[in-house]
Formats: sequence, C-alpha cells, structure tokens
Amino acid sequence: MADLSIEFAGIKSPNPFWLASAPPANSGEQVMRAFDAGWGGAVWKTLGDPIMNVTSRFGGVDYDGRKLMGLNNIELITDRPLETNLREIREVKRRYPKNVVIASLMTETKNDWKVLIRKCEDAGVDGLELNFGCPHGMCERGMGSSVGQEPKLLQEITSWVKEFAKTPVLVKLTPNTGDIVEAGAAAVAGKADGIALINTIKSIVGVDLDRLVPLPRVGNASTNGGYCGPAVKPIALHMVAALAREPGMIPISGIGGIATWRDAAEFIALGATSVQVCTAVMHYGYRIVRDMIDGLSEYLDAQGMKSVGELRGRAVGGYQEWGDLDLSYKLVASIDAKTCIGCQLCVTACHDGAHQCIFTGPDDRPRPPHAHAHGPAKAPRPLPLGAVAGARVPWIDEPECVGCNLCQLVCPVPGCISMVEVPNGEPETWNERVRQGRDKLPGGIHEGN
Amino acid sequence: MTLEKLPEDRLENELADKKPLYTEAEAKAEADRCLYCSDAPCIKACPTEIDIPTFIKKIASGNVRGSARTIFEQNLLGYSCARVCPVEVLCQGDCVYTGWGRDPIQIGRLQRFATEAATRPGQAPVLVKKVDVGVAKKRVACIGGGPASLAFAGYLALEGHEAVVFEKRAYAGGLNTTGIAPYKLHADDALHEVAWVAALGVEVKTGIEVGADDGPGRISGKKLLETYDAVFIGVGLGADSKLGIPGEDGPGVYGATEWIEKMKLEMTRAHREEVAGKRVLVVGGGNTAIDVARECALLGAADVAMCYRRGVPEMSGYAHEMSGGRKEGVRLVGHVQPVAFVRDGGGKLTALRVARTDASARAIAGTEHEIPCDLVALAIGQSKLSAVAAALPGVELDKRGCVVVADVATCVTGNAKVFAGGDCINGGKEVVNAVADGRNAARALLARWAGK
Repeated sequence: MADLSIEFAGIKSPNPFWLASAPPANSGEQVMRAFDAGWGGAVWKTLGDPIMNVTSRFGGVDYDGRKLMGLNNIELITDRPLETNLREIREVKRRYPKNVVIASLMTETKNDWKVLIRKCEDAGVDGLELNFGCPHGMCERGMGSSVGQEPKLLQEITSWVKEFAKTPVLVKLTPNTGDIVEAGAAAVAGKADGIALINTIKSIVGVDLDRLVPLPRVGNASTNGGYCGPAVKPIALHMVAALAREPGMIPISGIGGIATWRDAAEFIALGATSVQVCTAVMHYGYRIVRDMIDGLSEYLDAQGMKSVGELRGRAVGGYQEWGDLDLSYKLVASIDAKTCIGCQLCVTACHDGAHQCIFTGPDDRPRPPHAHAHGPAKAPRPLPLGAVAGARVPWIDEPECVGCNLCQLVCPVPGCISMVEVPNGEPETWNERVRQGRDKLPGGIHEGN
Repeated sequence: MTLEKLPEDRLENELADKKPLYTEAEAKAEADRCLYCSDAPCIKACPTEIDIPTFIKKIASGNVRGSARTIFEQNLLGYSCARVCPVEVLCQGDCVYTGWGRDPIQIGRLQRFATEAATRPGQAPVLVKKVDVGVAKKRVACIGGGPASLAFAGYLALEGHEAVVFEKRAYAGGLNTTGIAPYKLHADDALHEVAWVAALGVEVKTGIEVGADDGPGRISGKKLLETYDAVFIGVGLGADSKLGIPGEDGPGVYGATEWIEKMKLEMTRAHREEVAGKRVLVVGGGNTAIDVARECALLGAADVAMCYRRGVPEMSGYAHEMSGGRKEGVRLVGHVQPVAFVRDGGGKLTALRVARTDASARAIAGTEHEIPCDLVALAIGQSKLSAVAAALPGVELDKRGCVVVADVATCVTGNAKVFAGGDCINGGKEVVNAVADGRNAARALLARWAGK
C-alpha cells in the first residue's frame, strides 16, 4: 500500500483529502464524523463576525438526468458564535490530534485579524486559510473575492496575517480574476506558506421560468452566487497547473469539483499537495472518502509509486504553451466494427461539429473536398461489417481526418473509437517555425520582430 | 359527434394496463437514456416513420406538447399506436441498445406519455387546423371508422377540407375500440382518441353502413361518389372464419374477434363467470389467437390451451406475445387439427375432437382424440368484406379478396376517386400500417389537388 500521508507547508496529514471550508465543515460534530469516515483534514467553515443568511441558498445544474453537475450557493460565512466554533475546534483537536484542522478566516481591520488569529491558534488549529475568494455577499462588504481580485490588497492583508500567525498560512484564491498567476504571485510576495484554489465562480445558476426570477430564489429576487461541483473542475485544474509551473511556487491545496480519487489524482499530478472537497460531500456525504483513499492507493500501487508525493506535479511538465506543441503529431480515428452499435452519433458530430470525414454505407461519398492540409478525399474503403451494427458501421476518410477526438468523445461504446497515431514526419512546433522565419505571428510580437 | 359513454363495469376493465402511463419523472429518466442516434434505426422501423429521437428529446426538455406534435405530424393516431404497436418487433426491436444487448428505450411508453394528455378533452390543441386551404375546399367520405379512415380524414380536415366518416357500428375506432387486448388499450381510451380526431374537424357518423343501396342507416357507394370529391375505403376485415366441421354451430363456440368485441363492449363484470373457472381452447397460432388466450387466462379461466396445426416456429403470432401468454398460464397444443365439436345430449359443448397432424399440417387418420373444454374461440382468420368494393365502380379485389391499390405510397384504387387502406388492402396487419395507409392516401390526394 502506497503511503498517502502528506506534509503541507509543515502541516502533517494522514492523507491528502480535506473537507473544504463549507457547510460540511460547519461544526465539531460534523468534522469528527468526517474524521471517523477517513478524511485527513478539514478547513473549518469561515470564521469572522457571525452573519445572517437568506432562504433559499443553493441552486443546482442537472444534466441528462444526473443531479448536481454544478452547485451554486449564496450562503455566507459561519452564522455561529465565534466562541462556539473555537470551543468545538479545541475539542476536535483534543480527540483527533493526528487529523488536520485549519481555520478559514475572513475579517476586516488589521486588529481584527490579529485578535481572530490569536484566538484560533489558542484553540489549537494546525493552520490558517484566508478566505479571499467568496464571490457573493461578503465581497459587497469589502471582503472575500473583493480582496482576491486586488493583488496589492491581497498581498497587504497576507503580510498582516504573517506578522501575527505562528501556524502556516494558506491564501484561498478566487477564480474571478483575469490572471490567476498574478494573484498567486501576490500571495507569495505576502509570504504566505501555501495557496488554496479555486474558490467558487461568480454565477447565476438558472432562472425560474414561471416566476421569471433568477435562482436560487429569495422571495421575488436572487443574487449572483458561487458555482462549484464537477462542472468547474477543468477551470480549477488549469488554475492549479498555471500556478504549479511558476518558479518558486509554494504548496497548493487543490479545490474544484473533486468527487473521486481520479479527480484528486489529476489535481495532485498537476501540482496540488492536498485536495479539498465540498460539493461531492454535500451530495453524497462523508462516506465518499473511503473510495478516494482506497482508489488513490490502488492507483499509486499500480503505477509503482510508493507515496502520493511521487505523483505530485508529474503532469506539470506536460502543460505547455500551444506554440510549443508538435504540429507534426498526427492521430486519425479508427472505428472498431465489431463493437460499433450503429448509433452514428459520430457521423453527425463529425459533419456538423467537426471536419466532415466520417461517412455511412458503401454508397456514401465524401462531399466536395474541403482542402485540409492532408490532401483530397479518397474513395471509400470496403465497408467493415460489424457484429451488432451491420451496415450501419460508419467509415472514416482517413486523409481528411484531423484527429480532433470529437467522434470518440460522443461515442457511447467504450473503446469502440480509438485515435491511432500515424507517422507524419519530423517534430516541429509553431514557435520553431516563427523562430526560423517560416511563419510569423500576426501583430508582430514574436522574438526579433 | 356524440360519444355514448361506455358502462364502467364492463368486463374488460378487470384487466389493468400492463404498461401504465409513465409519471413525469419516469418519462424524463427514460427519455434521458435515449442516445439520440443519427439517421436513427427506430425511425426506419416505424411504418409511419415518426421522428422518434426528436420526440423523445422533447420529452427530456419538458416540451411535452411539442413532442406530441412531432408524433402527430407522422402518425395522427400516435396515441393508440403507442399502446397497441408491437414495439418489440418495430421501433424498440431496432433500437441500437437492443443490438447492444441492453434494454431498448421504451419508445411506446414514452409515446403514450407524450400523447395521452394532448388527446384528452379540455387540452389546448397541439395541432392547428388550416383556415386558408389554398385550393377550393373539398369533401371526402370514409367508409369504416377505423384507424386508416381516421388518419385519412384527420389529415385532410387539418388541411381545411371536409371529412365524413361512416361507421356501421355504434362506436367508431375500428379494432382499437373493439379488438385490442384490454391490458394494452381499453375501449374508452380508443373512443377518447376518436373524439380527439373528430375535434380536428372530422364528422363521425355511426350506425351507417355503406353498400349497394340507400335507406335508413344505409348509404350507397354511388351516392358517395356523387356527393364527395374522394372516397376512402377503410372497412377492415369481416366475420371470423369458421372451421366447417360437425358441431360447430351452437353455444360455446365463438369467433375470436366476435368474442373480444363482446368482452370489451358488452360483457359486464357479472359475466366473468362465463370465462372464470372454465376450460378454454383457442384454435389458431396468430396474434389474435394469443390475445384471446391471454385475455381468458387473465380473466381466470381454469385452463387455456391454444390448438395449432403446426409447431412454434411456424406460428405467425409474435414470440414476445406468446412468451407473455405462457407466463399467464397459456399452453400450446401443437400439431393438431380440429375435426369435430363434441356436445352432450343437451347440446352443451364438452370437448374438441382433434387429430394429430403430419409435417404438412394434414390430419393423420387414426390419431383422433378429445380435448375437454367449455369454450372454444376460433382465431383462424377473417373473411373479406367485398360488398363495399362491389358498390364502387373501378375498385378491384385481388384473389385473396383484398382491395387492390396502385401502391402503398398513394393507396389509390382502380377508381382514381377512391383510395383504400388498412386491413382491407393488406389482409390484416397492425394499426400503425393502417394509419400509414390513411396518411399516405391523404398526402397523395393533397398533392393531386395542389396540382403536383
């Protein structure tokens, strides 16, 4: 069994799975149940001056019958008295000394930060996470994402906190910004010990079409909320990777749509040290961590990795600029006639949504050549007859196939469409072509121009 | 048209829907499962070529009225077809999931979900009748009030023409009303659909028979040809065929469609004893035979056996229907040929005398034996109704007795003013085939009137 324990900026955790600062980490009773289920740590629901909430607070996005592909909320930080939270944090740390408790904090003046940090550290927290990300409610009061969107302010408040804090300090970033790297650099400049991202994305989750009011509805109105859940994972992965490949980067806690060990492994491969989970727990409960632990462990063993640390950042090097990708690399789609079921979704997808190179039946002929780089359309090959789909198995005009993957992505049969690598000359990148003067960048911003 | 409400305590209401109406949540879940195939095989398997993936995706998006409209564009009787079509061998049989070894999309049940509300009284119409016809308004008459005629009349009425349907029975709807197994479709549901088609602008006249002369309850073919711009023959089939063997005439022996009609429209729950606890024999191996057998089994018959002169592979009934029947207690006595009905001194039926058959389905002498029974239903075919054709000059019958049409794309007969469709041209197929004929005839006529 691979070693799943991690050390995050000096904070030791039995595994990389932490509850994100959100309703699942609202109280001591919840956090203790989560630790019993196997969670390595919890970032407590943000502490600050207790607020008042509205009803309702959440909105969901379903897709083809699956619930909560995305979740949006307009709930604010904790509505419980600070002393209650601190008493429970103390109790949790007394009973679960090996699990991580991090206090998420949000307050205003320098002195407020000083007092809040002292109280939390006295209660025994292992670290602090500064909530500079909340995009609803709190930002209207000059906190949350209104800090995260201003790098100078972010750096300034981070440096206040570092002045007072004895425990490691994580800065939680908002994705509602033009350049996440700028925000990350500000946190590093403020001497933060780690970064957590992403917080939720500013959103309106839907509209009640009977009442014509946005959702989630509060009487006859709503407000923009924070979007999270599986739908936001790709956005989060990009932002984590963008920071992970920056030189001198501090440890990253990855957040955004993580529901399985596979999601977690992707974040870790793109540079995260720990991962934080909220929506999946709100949907299915703390129990999901059992598969996360087990699945990650199985994966690491299968990969021959002895610890989760060996996985960390392994895919960062593969994240490059478009201009450094190999223009000569070529894939073409290949349909397995034996497993094809004849739905022909690939045909429509290719014709309407891609590059018109998949055809049906022996009499189907390519449309007039549309001059892709690889040459004119050729006559159809003999039709492969499938075991299931028979004459409905489509065929691919390989010279016209641009290898875009779309057919494979829409195919409902696992393994039926594969993308096959074909030899296509020496590697060459766009940037090389520009450097060699064989291509130029529109706008003339390339080197030497 | 006024619909007489059928009595609630009819015997057929003892048999509940085998495929009940989906709830909204069930329909959405099943609709979401549809892959939305391109050039979908289910469409090609449907005789009316309903755009099935489109109507299913409309259910998934919550556009149920639009879904019904998609269905009705191709199949005006999409509601009854949803319930009576042998989907297992049509659309669902060709669903790509079926070939993949997975449960096919329940297209029939989704189609019922889409169309049931749309065809009920009090709903805003999903189909809009054309006000401006574009050509001189025409008048058409339909002979017979079954699915073929209703489709023909309905599509023409929607285009702004006048359509009258003459039905000799007290109720229109044809076999949908009189002959469908109750666990698929009850008669009052069929009549709801008739009323819905009537509301599109079709005049349905019941109790009027078309034949050689005019009179009370009668109208001649000649008169129809004089009065109307076109005539559609949708008379279906005639009386059940008989075996022509000793003892056949008398109590306890019924034609299958005759018995089903009686059970659906006349028998009350009090008549259940005529079946319950009784030994029933059904002669035949087709779908009507299986229907009668299953209905008797479900109504509590002590024993239901189908007597068929060949074996299972030769049966024309659907395998999925026979399989359903077997689960309900229907058994098959294969390779036997009835030779006589056995009655006691009082004329009461006591048994069917049968002989075993050889490979050519001929009786083998010396193998006669008796199968005890209280009731026999004959499901060995139906006669052809040739009188109507005879009353319409130019309309010809083939050697089977079926009305001859040029092709099913136009359904035009030897008389250019006369069209025909449904069982009377094909000898007995599905409701959906009849609807396709009626629709095709209407389209051919509209094209003719438009000068195309």
